[in-house]
Amino acid sequence: MSDAARPAADPGHAHGVAVFNIQRCSVHDGPGIRTTVFLKGCPLRCDWCHNPESLDGEPEVAISGERCIACGACVDACPESGGVRPARGPDWDDGTCRRCGACAEACPGEARELIGEPRAVAELVAELERDRPFFDASGGGVTFSGGEPLCHPSFLAACLEACRERGLHTAVDTSGFAPARVMREIARRADVLLYDLKHLDPEAHRRHTGVDNAVILDNLRELSAGGAELWIRFPLVPGFNDDPDHLDALAAFVGSLPGRHPVFVLPYHAAGADKWRRLGKPGPPVEHRPPTDAELAAVAERLRSHDLDVRLTGDDV
Amino acid sequence: MSDRVARLRGASLAAEPSISIERALLLTELYRADQGRWPAPLLRARAFHHLCARKTLYLGPDELIVGERGPAPKATPTYPEITCHSVADLEILGSRPLTSYRVAAADIERYAAEVIPYWRGRTLRECALAELPAEWHAAYSAGVFTEFMEQRAPGHTVADGKIYRAGMVDLQRDIDLALARLGEADDPATRARRDQLRAMRLAADAAIVFARRHAELARRLAKAETEPVRRSELERIAEVCDRVPAHPPRDFHEALQAYWFVHLGVITELNGWDAFNPGHLDQHLGPFYERGLADGSLTRERAKELLGCFFVKFNNHPAPPKVGVTAAESGTYTDFANINLGGLTRDGRDGVNEVSFLLLEVIDELHLLQPSNNIQVSAATPEPFLRAALGVVRKGYGFPSLFNADAVVAELVAQGKTVEDAREGGTSGCVEAGAFGKEAYILTGYFNLPKLLELALHDGVDPRTGDRLGPRTGDPAGFGSLDEVFAAWRAQVDHFVGVKIRGNHVWERAYAETAPAPFLSLLIDDCIATGRDYNAGGARYNTSYIQGVGIGSLTDSLSAIGEHVFTGRRLTMAELVAALDADFAGHEPLRRRLLDRTPKYGNDDDRADDLMVRCFEAFHAAVDGRPNGRGGTYHVDMLPTTCHVYFGSVIGALPDGRRAGRPLSEGISPVQGADRKGPTAVFRSAAKMDHLRTGGTLLNQKLTPGLLEGEGGIDLLAGLVRGYFGLAGHHVQFNVVSADTLRAAQADPDAHRGLIVRVAGYSDYFCDISRELQDEIIERTEHGGG
Repeated sequence: MSDAARPAADPGHAHGVAVFNIQRCSVHDGPGIRTTVFLKGCPLRCDWCHNPESLDGEPEVAISGERCIACGACVDACPESGGVRPARGPDWDDGTCRRCGACAEACPGEARELIGEPRAVAELVAELERDRPFFDASGGGVTFSGGEPLCHPSFLAACLEACRERGLHTAVDTSGFAPARVMREIARRADVLLYDLKHLDPEAHRRHTGVDNAVILDNLRELSAGGAELWIRFPLVPGFNDDPDHLDALAAFVGSLPGRHPVFVLPYHAAGADKWRRLGKPGPPVEHRPPTDAELAAVAERLRSHDLDVRLTGDDV
Repeated sequence: MSDRVARLRGASLAAEPSISIERALLLTELYRADQGRWPAPLLRARAFHHLCARKTLYLGPDELIVGERGPAPKATPTYPEITCHSVADLEILGSRPLTSYRVAAADIERYAAEVIPYWRGRTLRECALAELPAEWHAAYSAGVFTEFMEQRAPGHTVADGKIYRAGMVDLQRDIDLALARLGEADDPATRARRDQLRAMRLAADAAIVFARRHAELARRLAKAETEPVRRSELERIAEVCDRVPAHPPRDFHEALQAYWFVHLGVITELNGWDAFNPGHLDQHLGPFYERGLADGSLTRERAKELLGCFFVKFNNHPAPPKVGVTAAESGTYTDFANINLGGLTRDGRDGVNEVSFLLLEVIDELHLLQPSNNIQVSAATPEPFLRAALGVVRKGYGFPSLFNADAVVAELVAQGKTVEDAREGGTSGCVEAGAFGKEAYILTGYFNLPKLLELALHDGVDPRTGDRLGPRTGDPAGFGSLDEVFAAWRAQVDHFVGVKIRGNHVWERAYAETAPAPFLSLLIDDCIATGRDYNAGGARYNTSYIQGVGIGSLTDSLSAIGEHVFTGRRLTMAELVAALDADFAGHEPLRRRLLDRTPKYGNDDDRADDLMVRCFEAFHAAVDGRPNGRGGTYHVDMLPTTCHVYFGSVIGALPDGRRAGRPLSEGISPVQGADRKGPTAVFRSAAKMDHLRTGGTLLNQKLTPGLLEGEGGIDLLAGLVRGYFGLAGHHVQFNVVSADTLRAAQADPDAHRGLIVRVAGYSDYFCDISRELQDEIIERTEHGGG
């Protein structure tokens, strides 16, 4: 098992954790109108991943070539380049980049962007609270997503506690790939867990996500038995997890859980190629295709035939 | 909708707008005979009576609600006493590329022979323009402000419920009592009141004559009608027109016809702004509806059909077209009659009833341009009604718009109205709060806030012309802080608000003295009790507004100056002004920095939003509380209609990165593309303005259809509306964007950075996703319909 594939340890959060996006007015990450905060860093390497900026726990510089006006401000600002680093293109990093963000700061047109700003708990939660009038009006709240937010357990726990003190509803969007002890500590501080269930077969799971699914399934059983509010999320990736036998196995597993939980089918979409390119990374590793509407409907139907509460996003959530 | 309503709707949509010169001919005939022989109110009432007694009537097939302003649907009269179209104006109206009004060549000849010569030099517009000082003309020509009353009468008002309780005959009894109270006194003030009351009495007669002529016409048509169902309908129409508006309506049908005759009276008498409007139609009709269902004389379907017939009538009445430059450029012909649904009752309870739901269905099924409509949402508004309304909003017609009824009441109370009068009020025109049936609330003109920053950055000189326009406020190169820039802008504002208000006095006096509105005065308390005209301060409340435009562009420009000149210090004032004067030619990196590296209004960023509040407060302080010429006071509105485009066309480049001539931000919406944190952040920013000290603010929010699918889409809209209104926001209109808008965003991403789309189970900024995905979403939007 590589470094990336080990369940998250606790790195502490003395200097804050890198946040790569705060999405306000999010309506697909739990009940009501929500603010979703995306924490950087993920132990999984799903081969359909469309959030490549979520993987690395450290800040990164992304470049949108189409916004570059070739003014050279980035080259002048870079403390490492000595004025010779290429201004744009995927090969801009010659290995000396320290991810300081000086080039992004200098860029007049947002062609360069430093992704991942370290944030401390108190000021982060204060920002997340800004949409409280809309949370209150809609039964919404705050969602912690990633990456894998459980990579930062003490930071996440502190955020959840701060939210609870302020009376903010919380959701945690997780792959489930975390030590049982960490999962327990987070689950008892969150109101809802949005829990990914990608594949039931350990080998297929390992091949396509880089990690074993045993800890994911064990955690899910334990949370369900403990009465946690869980929204199970099934990312539908054609050719990976859509064959009928697997759907039946998945349904049987969810049906066997002690609690009853809704299952959200999230259709895979091919939106990530640009993002990989902007980070100067090859990828995504495997070309998948989005399911057709008919396939999506058929999958939902098959899961429903097992008496599951199946929902498509855009439905009544 | 019923077959009848479908046919009427189809005919209305197919009808071609045209100019009818009949009103001008009749009016000119009367004025030739009478002008100078009668005091102004009586002259006006005699003219109104002449029109009502002589104009060609129209009663079309299928109609249940009857009466047209012109001789046929969409035949639109002119108002030469206010402003007289020239031959060239009439020719332009018939040929302009936008909405054109057909004008018969023979009519143009007759206009030239009989109408134009009489009015030359005598129209209200010409008289007022001649009286206005040079400072007014200079500011007006430079685009510092516009003037509402130069081509259309004040108007801007709405009916309350009195016409459903009292007929014209009852109002005449009130007039007689008021006349009796005046006694025998013979002083000039009492004589003026007596003239006014007699004029109002005559105007009430005119409305009765107009209705009775329709009754006779219906009876004649009934006699000739061979089809028995239509014959009985015509007989019923005759009965209704005999009854209303002389006497109060007895049932649902009579109530609608009573309002319609009153509406026609108001828009025949003068070309008042925003036509006229039944206001809280659901509350007014509720008792008639309940009674009709209870006694078996009405069914839900019949009520809906009558409402459909009523709606088509509004759509038959385009706005009276203008003269001069606006005749060539304006494409608008909607007349802003804006029906209010829901809201509060006089005693503070929820105003929603079954007619509210019926109206929603009619709005949805007919989706006509007119009448405009809105939902008044209060804390007491039941969720099922709000959700039903949002279901219509989601379809992307652009209506109904949504208002915060609790905020509207608070605004009106803050202006000094009683809470009961405030609750009977609502909003009209675009977003303007008013006490229906009791207030003359006059919009006097749009005010170009960013133009005054341009002047402040050029020491009072208009860089477009090189002419000195405003006071000297200092060489911008010498400004040492943002506060000094702000102070210069503020001095320009104070100066030009003064110019505007001095000009308004001229217009107000012109209408009060030469164009009183005795018929409208019958409908607005307390014109009868005080014996004063609507246009001369007779209403219980007399408010004047100046409407601020471009606060988003202004805020972002000041923010950019603060950030880049006085905080970052990478730029001097002199360099900035030079770049603006060059329209950023050779300064593209600077423009990108101003555009993309400046805290902008609309992102819930206090650095920018605090500046917005400062600008608003300064404008408010310059205007609010100043006396108008009708015994009332000035307040501010923050709305542009389409004026942000014109105002942008007279301003060079601005420090927020906007290029010369481009449109300004509209309403209180952020600059196009400057909001990047989604609708909740826009709402939070906008709510930092104190809406409760305005008479209305306008906020547009674009959403794509994908975001609004399913019950979740309604949940989202409901949460946004309740959240924004919980922050005391005044109004929001959701524009569900079309594929065309998405294509425009592809072509010009800078102007559309804030546009959020549903991608697939998640949402993202349209301009941040790949071209392929953009194309796919465009295709999806196109096929997903509206």
